[in-house]
Amino acid sequence: MSDSIKEFAREYPRFLYRCFRLSFVGDWKYYTWMFLLSVVALFGLNAYAKQFVQGLATTGMTDQVSWGLYIANFTYLVGIAAAAVMLVIPVYVYKNKDLHNLVIFGELLAVIAIIMCLLFITADLGRPDRFHHMLLRFNFPISILTWDVIALNGYLLLNLHICGYLIWCAYNKRAPTRKFYIPFVFVAIAWAISIHTVTAFLYSGLGARPFWNSAVIAPRFLASAFAAGPALIILTLQVIKVSTGYPVSEKAISTLKGIVTVALGINMFLLGSEVFTEFYTGSSHSVSAKYLFFGLHGHSALVPWIWSAIALNTFALIALLTPASKKRWVLNAACLAMIIGIWIEKGMGLIVPAFIPSPLGEIVEYVPTLNEILVCTGIWAFGLLMYTILVRVTIPVLYGDLLVDKVYHTDPSIFERSKASSLNEAADAPLQ
Amino acid sequence: MQLPIMNQPSKTRDHASRPGMTRRSFLRTGTAVTGAVAAIAASLSPLRELTDTDEFSVARFLQKHYKEMDGQDMASALQRISKQVEKRYDVRPDIRDIKPMDGVEFVYALNLTRCIGCRKCVHACVEENNQSRSPEIQYIRVLEMPRGTTDIEQGNHHYERATVPSEDHYYMPIQCHQCANPPCVKVCPVEATWQEPDGITVIDYDWCIGCRYCEAACPYWARRFNFSTPSIPKEKINPDMSYLSNRPREKGVMEKCHFCLHRTRQGKMPACLEVCPTGARKFGNVLDPNSEVRKILESKRVFVLKQEAGTLPRFFYYFDERDPINHTNPTNPVNGGDA
Repeated sequence: MSDSIKEFAREYPRFLYRCFRLSFVGDWKYYTWMFLLSVVALFGLNAYAKQFVQGLATTGMTDQVSWGLYIANFTYLVGIAAAAVMLVIPVYVYKNKDLHNLVIFGELLAVIAIIMCLLFITADLGRPDRFHHMLLRFNFPISILTWDVIALNGYLLLNLHICGYLIWCAYNKRAPTRKFYIPFVFVAIAWAISIHTVTAFLYSGLGARPFWNSAVIAPRFLASAFAAGPALIILTLQVIKVSTGYPVSEKAISTLKGIVTVALGINMFLLGSEVFTEFYTGSSHSVSAKYLFFGLHGHSALVPWIWSAIALNTFALIALLTPASKKRWVLNAACLAMIIGIWIEKGMGLIVPAFIPSPLGEIVEYVPTLNEILVCTGIWAFGLLMYTILVRVTIPVLYGDLLVDKVYHTDPSIFERSKASSLNEAADAPLQ
Repeated sequence: MQLPIMNQPSKTRDHASRPGMTRRSFLRTGTAVTGAVAAIAASLSPLRELTDTDEFSVARFLQKHYKEMDGQDMASALQRISKQVEKRYDVRPDIRDIKPMDGVEFVYALNLTRCIGCRKCVHACVEENNQSRSPEIQYIRVLEMPRGTTDIEQGNHHYERATVPSEDHYYMPIQCHQCANPPCVKVCPVEATWQEPDGITVIDYDWCIGCRYCEAACPYWARRFNFSTPSIPKEKINPDMSYLSNRPREKGVMEKCHFCLHRTRQGKMPACLEVCPTGARKFGNVLDPNSEVRKILESKRVFVLKQEAGTLPRFFYYFDERDPINHTNPTNPVNGGDA
């Protein structure tokens, strides 16, 4: 036992070092992509440094609209992270063979999405220097925010363990031991549902905000996440396939397409239920919804946003339900439309309107500042950068090119690797 | 971020482990690393503008939560804050930690018949409590309400009149309601805000992490956030301060009305009450059967805002009754049976 620990202590840093080295190797497209992401991320870092010095006055937020783009992006990304289960469930529960070599990319996406969530929360804090107060006086279980801290960090650890263990085993040419990861996979399935439920409860638990104070928020969050997340995965897998030659079967895409279609349909149904309840009753509680959909007393900043979200989602649903979606570009357009549509619906359509009008009836509109937008795009670029690196080092491991006892000499043509290449057998193990 | 390996297609080298070091690749790697470091440094350059008030201090970093401080901890915290105030505002403050009194529960009662909407309370509060003047943070918002409704959504927040009151309106000042069931306390992830035994909900400004969840949870829009470093002219500083009330705040933390606890816990009245020219504001200990507020709650038709929110406010509104004699000493009682 101690021998294997010693071996692990020797080999694991080497593995990390080799991955680090490898993340700097690629063709010109890879370098261009990484360079652009780095530039955008650095602009974001610069904008955040300004915010750190001057305070949140650099954002468009006010005492009236006290949460904005940061919390909107946070909410959206919790959904993307949770959506990894839409790959995990078919593979581990229903033994789907088409998705099993792809599930790892969903789990890696979950890891990155959670890291981005944590960055967005940090960006939103007035006193990030006091983060440690969380550890010293943790208002659990009273504050739902503390539940969210546990849910998100727990989910991050679960996914880091599952991905890390499977990649590590493949690297060592070992079949993974089921008891070391299967139980975690099933815990992660339940946990994924919980992260987005708890995030919804953050909002729906507030009696002061009638717009959020609705039981349908949590189901809506899950439905929209299970549409936007797998839609993002569909696009991501195609990019991986094109840029690395990694096998992504047509059946895999069509399974995901089925999931996306059903989830988007449910999401639109729930949105419809919400809209009906708000407007048919006609009580004063629907004033935020009126502001969102039609504008209030001449203020209508969110009206174009929500209607474009509805248009994009409707287009996506119709496209997916018709035979046109058999064409790949139609499917991709539908995916892109709903990724954007749901982002708007959750951010400008769900977070911001709850603050307008204020609890005292004052209408103050919210317009994000350039600095705030730069911080957001910076975090997105940083997330994409990290995801690209994870995919970039994972694929050679799965192919059996980067192994513990193998000298890895690739040239940039790794990216044009023959599609006929067989996968590492150890990497195939999850389904055995 | 450039790497040398692309132009060195040696088939024997392990690209994932060892960078081959030719002179040329060394230069390239060096240039790339230098460029990356320079880019990161340039991105972080705004940090040079951090002022001395933002300086990292071990004492501040290690300062405990209010409820965990013993006498010694509090003494050194007060000393640190006092020095900081003196440095920043050239004023030596009289800063204390004033505890609640036994057998006291404060409530506020506001007579809507008398309020004329002059907003003197708003400004007296700002002066008393060392709020930021630019941008100005106000704890009290006065709504100009059309007669015939108590729906606050119909109130005008930004009325500007040469003289008040306007005949067609009545005025409704709103500030922290010091709820007995406060949603803001419930949601705080770090217990930086809590309810004191005398009913006042306070904030430990040195503990707040600035997540603004409490601001989203408050149905009365009573909480304010310091979006930037508060700016207060030196001559405007009120040196009579306490830890939990009006000591100057920093950027990135919440603040709100605390019933002027540095005054009221010492037997004085809140600043907003003292300045009120019409006597519309009443404040006192509801547990004292002889207090004015107790009499008001017992005899007037009082109401609270958003009762349906279940927050149990300690801030009551009432109207003067035109002819209370009908109730207090009826001359012609009539049958009031159900049948």
